[in-house]
Amino acid sequence: MRGFLLNRLSQSLVLLLIVSVIGFVVLNLIPGGPLAQFGLDPSMTQDDLNRLKEQLGLNRPLWLQYLDWAWRLVQGDWGHSFRDGTPVLDVIGRHLVATLLLMGSSTVIAIAIGTWIGIRGATHRYSVFDYLATVGAMVALSIPTFWFGLVGIYVFSLRLGWLPAGNMYTIGDGSVLNHIHHLILPSIVLALVHVAIWSRYMRTATLDVISQDFVKTARAKGLSERRILMKHVVGNALLPMITLAGMQLPSVLTGALVTETVFTWPGMGRLFLDSLGYSDYPVVMGLLMFSAILVVLCNLIADIVVAIIDPRIRLS
Amino acid sequence: MTAIVANSRQERWWNSRTAHRFMNHHLALIGMVMIAVLTLACVLGPYLLPYDSLYIDLRARFAPPLTGHHYLGTDPLGRDLAARLFMAGRISLLVGFSAMLLSTLIGTLVGVLAGYRGGWLGTTLMRTVDGFLSFPSIFLVLALSAALKPSPMMITVVIAATSWMEVARIVEAEVRSLREREFVQAGRMLGLSGTHIMFREILPNAIGPIIVAATLTVARAILMEAYISFLGYGIQPPLPSWGNMLNGAQQYLGTAPWLAIIPGAAITIAVTSFNFIGDGLRDALDVRGDHG
Repeated sequence: MRGFLLNRLSQSLVLLLIVSVIGFVVLNLIPGGPLAQFGLDPSMTQDDLNRLKEQLGLNRPLWLQYLDWAWRLVQGDWGHSFRDGTPVLDVIGRHLVATLLLMGSSTVIAIAIGTWIGIRGATHRYSVFDYLATVGAMVALSIPTFWFGLVGIYVFSLRLGWLPAGNMYTIGDGSVLNHIHHLILPSIVLALVHVAIWSRYMRTATLDVISQDFVKTARAKGLSERRILMKHVVGNALLPMITLAGMQLPSVLTGALVTETVFTWPGMGRLFLDSLGYSDYPVVMGLLMFSAILVVLCNLIADIVVAIIDPRIRLS
Repeated sequence: MTAIVANSRQERWWNSRTAHRFMNHHLALIGMVMIAVLTLACVLGPYLLPYDSLYIDLRARFAPPLTGHHYLGTDPLGRDLAARLFMAGRISLLVGFSAMLLSTLIGTLVGVLAGYRGGWLGTTLMRTVDGFLSFPSIFLVLALSAALKPSPMMITVVIAATSWMEVARIVEAEVRSLREREFVQAGRMLGLSGTHIMFREILPNAIGPIIVAATLTVARAILMEAYISFLGYGIQPPLPSWGNMLNGAQQYLGTAPWLAIIPGAAITIAVTSFNFIGDGLRDALDVRGDHG
């Protein structure tokens, strides 16, 4: 178990290293460099810019800047926003809850519906339901999330008036119910793609388990189909899904970015776009690293959980 | 001798049974027809419509679909939506297709090299693939597009640079399993160069999975272009693309919903079609899928 953990941990660190180098190089490619935003200010002279450059250490070689930046990152100093000077970690922290709320609720929806569709598709293989689920999943994977969001707003907010068209809560009304009311539409929109992916994998996993010997044994014992499904199949089929949940995180984050844009949801995705618009380079870089760490961490947790539950993986 | 073996294997992909299975795949056929119609409309449409995509009809701003000769209505400037949709389709389909070609090329090169050479080179390459895959690439794509000048060419390169990993993974796995086969060993015994074995002997045998992955990559590339153009970092107006047509549509959702609904429907139809075709090819070429 220890060797397994160390192995996965070192892999994760290498991943973070690669991501940080790519991100750092990319953002330094911006014409005018990280200070492009200050160059637009007419009261800034070239002397001021040079002084600022000196101050921020931007005239040093790129590799030295990288090492310095990475060392401070490890120590928890992620720099300050160019916009208002707030520490980057604080800025991210302020937007984190909104994103986690959106991602969490949509994941719950996706897993619940996806699991149900997947199991039903596997137990009623080649039925009309299975066929529709297969085609539906392919269509769902093809719909741009932002467009689905716009159509959702058009139908449920503008035409029917059932759900709010955006924001996290009504100003002056911070009740839990009001939050939930605002959460419904964006989480369903974000969940669509993942319902599709989850149901496909769940169907495959269930089919794999159904053909195993212990299910035949359970049948031979005379257990009812329902009992076999609940006691023997579902649990085993869900096991590989833990890994999938970790692997899906990048795509959930991508979906969250556009969903937050469409629904003016005050999360990390909107923060990223705003910061990019302002060339707020430290926040952009901070968010790049933060999302990478989040992804790596979740994958690591998923691997560990699977290894704890299933000794076969740990030992192989 | 190796040439004969390679040839007989190459034939297997397109023999009548494969073609037959593909033709029996209804979804794939629907996808093919839809893509054909869409491509024809985008190529010929602008010549057949009464309005140019840049003509501003000030008396017919915000016209809903089917007003006069504006079959799909007009946009806030009074430009014909149908004409713009077809011109945008040219850009979106072209970007999607070119990005696929480029990313398939990169992915195949990386995959063949990693799969055949193995060792530390293979490990390093595949770790890089993992790195790219485990990263929400839209962040990187947006940062890149903001950093570079967002011309259609640049967008294509940026999309390709962040979507070659799936192909690389598939090719690597395929090449790794083919590496120990007899015809490869025969090639080695004949003293053929590594490059020759990689690209002339092994690659033709891995073409099925590559075609499937490439088709699905077109779908993903079209979607990615739509995402970044919608967010304002992709194709820049006045050049229309399906994504940037949706860019300003949200503010008119209440008064002119067709501005949002029509381009999005075009994206969905195009992407669904390529996914259907990919699915059909996977069945026809007997490629094991990731899921389903």
